[in-house]
Amino acid sequence: MSIATTPARRAPALGGFSTTFLRLELRRMLRNRRTVIFTLIMPAVFFLIFGTSAKYRGESAGAGNVTAYVLISMAVYGAMLATTSGGAMVSIERAAGWSRQLRITPLRPVAYIATKVVVALVLGLAAVAIVCVVGAFFGARMPTGVWVGSAVLAFVCASVFAAFGLFMGYLLHSDNVMQILGPVLALLAFLGGLWIPVDQLGSLFARVAEFTPAYGVGALARYPLVQSGSLGLEILNVVVWTLIFVAGAAWRFRRDTARV
Amino acid sequence: MPYAELAAPGQSWVMPISPPAVALAAVTKTFGPVVAVNDLTLAIQPGEIVALLGPNGAGKTSTIDLVLGLSRPNRGSVEVYGMAPYDAISRGLVSAVMQTGGLLKDYTVAETVEVTASLFGETRPVAEVLERAGISGIADRRVGKCSGGEQQRLRFALALLPDPALLILDEPTTGMDVVGRRDFWSAIRADAARGRTVIFATHYLEEADAYADRIVLVSHGCVVADGTASEVKGLASGRTVRATVPAYVDPKLTAMAGVESVERRGDAVLVHGKDSDAVARYLLTQTDARDLEITSRNLEDAFVALTGDQPVPAQPASNDTRGVPA
Repeated sequence: MSIATTPARRAPALGGFSTTFLRLELRRMLRNRRTVIFTLIMPAVFFLIFGTSAKYRGESAGAGNVTAYVLISMAVYGAMLATTSGGAMVSIERAAGWSRQLRITPLRPVAYIATKVVVALVLGLAAVAIVCVVGAFFGARMPTGVWVGSAVLAFVCASVFAAFGLFMGYLLHSDNVMQILGPVLALLAFLGGLWIPVDQLGSLFARVAEFTPAYGVGALARYPLVQSGSLGLEILNVVVWTLIFVAGAAWRFRRDTARV
Repeated sequence: MPYAELAAPGQSWVMPISPPAVALAAVTKTFGPVVAVNDLTLAIQPGEIVALLGPNGAGKTSTIDLVLGLSRPNRGSVEVYGMAPYDAISRGLVSAVMQTGGLLKDYTVAETVEVTASLFGETRPVAEVLERAGISGIADRRVGKCSGGEQQRLRFALALLPDPALLILDEPTTGMDVVGRRDFWSAIRADAARGRTVIFATHYLEEADAYADRIVLVSHGCVVADGTASEVKGLASGRTVRATVPAYVDPKLTAMAGVESVERRGDAVLVHGKDSDAVARYLLTQTDARDLEITSRNLEDAFVALTGDQPVPAQPASNDTRGVPA
């Protein structure tokens, strides 16, 4: 075979988006011990530490027990962490020059972003599933419908943070962006009432907390359990933050892929 | 013609012969006040092995970025096999080995190749490119554990995947040790023998001299010389004709067109100038000259004369990350 007889060439289907690419990207994420420990194991560990005391198991919260309440909060926290780190991978890839390498392949920028988002969502799903499985074995009690509803809402709403991760990944040029975003997410989780209910910290704090991005996600995910709260405001919170994060990610993404 | 099939339907008659591999026409690229590429025109034909030689900051990487579609020119046009750079890349016609970076350390060598292969419409088999880049033995090694030379051969393997018609190498041996550099070039040379067009940027004179059919000398964003290694050497400082000529013909030689200086050392005369052929013809036919020799000045003289910069000395044998003065 010689180069001169190479047959007519074609560009790849779907701009380079493929299951092979997805599979290898996922495998690479799961190979990174730090990612696995901080996003998949830690939320479950926090649940065991903060949510499984005999007192919480016995105390009721809405349709279940307090342990279930903590479980949902930690599922949301895990999903936030996982989707953020999935999205923020772009920062590491940019720092390593891998993005530039990809630009001399047929991969379309949109297919690249779609792959990152899917990987982030799969990680988010894994984080929620792990916390739920651990919870089932360690005393969380709630009706099956609540269980499913809360898990789905935690996953769906927290996927907003994939856009947050992408936005930050493009904004921050660092080869370990999660060292910055980890504490940021812990703070957001605190403000969002995932560690302790916000009203236990005073009414002013509770008022401010309602405007932070993790609040709406947490409140919506707990809704099937507690069936209380101002649903409209919580949905508005999630929608507005989604728009902000997606717009930010799109803005930085355009800027990054512009050929200057 | 292989590339005729790439033309838009109904247009193939326009180009009965294949278009140049690369055609840059009056291209200018600026970054703020800095003119990186200045009204550069260059055509590279399929099958050529071309060195873009020049000091650091001459505009070599900027030119390569334009050819790869990584940046857009302010003025002028860039075509690769008659199409826009991005289209040539999507079809796997062009690939490149970049200077540094560009690899993820969590992937293994084989996975890096596999993932890159998944992004193309069609590629050579993974095992084949690993073999040709000489890294089959380290396929399961994590990229983070590979040496600089191994990483560079991995980049070469990635570049081979689409079986590109044009391969571009940007300072490919920067930071490699002597053995790594030799292995790398022998892999490239074996590959080029199969008819691939190769363009490589370098500031190492000996690489350009040893591996290129054609040298394009770039300085301050312009082409200052273009030709074979010996043509480029001749352009700057001409050649020296040395002969034993007992008769005193010096004034005649000095008067000849293209002669820059005449030096007398006893019976020997040394004539420096551009038209060494005319000098030699005259000496051999009109005088009793014997022991005639014609020597080129070396590429280093040409480099200095044409770019006004000092060339980089031979690459250091150590593992320096960059043996490059600022």
